[in-house]
Amino acid sequence: MSSLKYFTNGLLKENPTFVLVLGTCPTLAVTTAAFNGIGMGLATTFVLVFSNMFIAMLKNYIPDKVRIAAFIVIIATFVTIVDLLMKAYVPDIYKTLGIFIPLIVVNCIILGRAEAFAQKNEVKSSILDGLGMGLGFTLAITLMGSIREILGSGSIFNIPILAENSKTILLFILPPGAFFTFGYMIAIFNRFKAKYKF
Amino acid sequence: MAKLESSLKNMVLCLLLMSIVMSAALGFVYVITKKPIEDTNKKVEIDAVKNVLPNFDNDPTKDVKTIDGLVYYVATQSGDTVGCAVKTYTNKGFAGHFEIMVGFKPDGTIYKTAVLDMKETPGLGDKMKNPKWRNQFNEKNPVSYRLKVKKDGGDVDAITASTITSRAFCDAITRAYDGFMKNISNTIKK
Repeated sequence: MSSLKYFTNGLLKENPTFVLVLGTCPTLAVTTAAFNGIGMGLATTFVLVFSNMFIAMLKNYIPDKVRIAAFIVIIATFVTIVDLLMKAYVPDIYKTLGIFIPLIVVNCIILGRAEAFAQKNEVKSSILDGLGMGLGFTLAITLMGSIREILGSGSIFNIPILAENSKTILLFILPPGAFFTFGYMIAIFNRFKAKYKF
Repeated sequence: MAKLESSLKNMVLCLLLMSIVMSAALGFVYVITKKPIEDTNKKVEIDAVKNVLPNFDNDPTKDVKTIDGLVYYVATQSGDTVGCAVKTYTNKGFAGHFEIMVGFKPDGTIYKTAVLDMKETPGLGDKMKNPKWRNQFNEKNPVSYRLKVKKDGGDVDAITASTITSRAFCDAITRAYDGFMKNISNTIKK
């Protein structure tokens, strides 16, 4: 597999949200607006790239029986770093995402990639895998955020696209709307997957 | 290099070393972000005060009074008091607690209001963030302006389908006004 494959793997073929169906908690909870999706996605990507990199670097020094504990220490460190950095430099996004930033530590995508990929592969391919998976996740939740924001608030990236008092489908920014959007997105994704066999 | 064997010594050493290194890294990040975080919090606070008061030239966050859970920021322009911003709350919102900021002129007239932190229903109760609705409170003095929704015999237009939120908003302003008249109004130069 060429190194580019490691990167594109996460974007489509094994998209963490629509194909692996991992990390659904933030996917359902923060996608009320497109911008939240980008913020959450990039924060997760940062953690994923660095945790993959460090785990691939240290894999031979971590005894098998304590590997999960060791991975969590590494992941938690980077999550806390992201938490502090966002609090300092992007307070608005930090305020909207709230508790979901510290909760990146229990996001299955990150531990899943550490276990399934980084601990068996080289540093370079692990970084590419982290980047691909992270951006795949970012794209997926930004897409969901956009759909919910357009249908529910009549705007996209906070820019109104409908006339001021037009009716919007309120349901889509409430929790049930997250499940509807998520279900339809997975269905559409599977349809395309079957048709084009990627 | 072969993988380290899972002996007790290796496991303890691995976790110990890793925790030490990671704690050091976190300590470092904490130190470099401490100042920016404080600055950001302060800026957010001052911006909130600026939103609800006329121009001022002092730093209202320096001399903050906290009485009964309300926070008072007194603002002055070249020594004269221009107003007081009150951070107030209510527990009667549709989703319980929310916080707003109300700016009072020295005589108790409401200057402007701002929503700080709320979890009201998107699309219904969260319309209180819309300035078009909140502007009805501007330049009103609670002495003559009844802070109740019209349904309850007051002067406030409730948000359509969100009477509970509108009532809670009035409750928060009333709390701020009472606190302001009791604790601050008599201490400032008019």
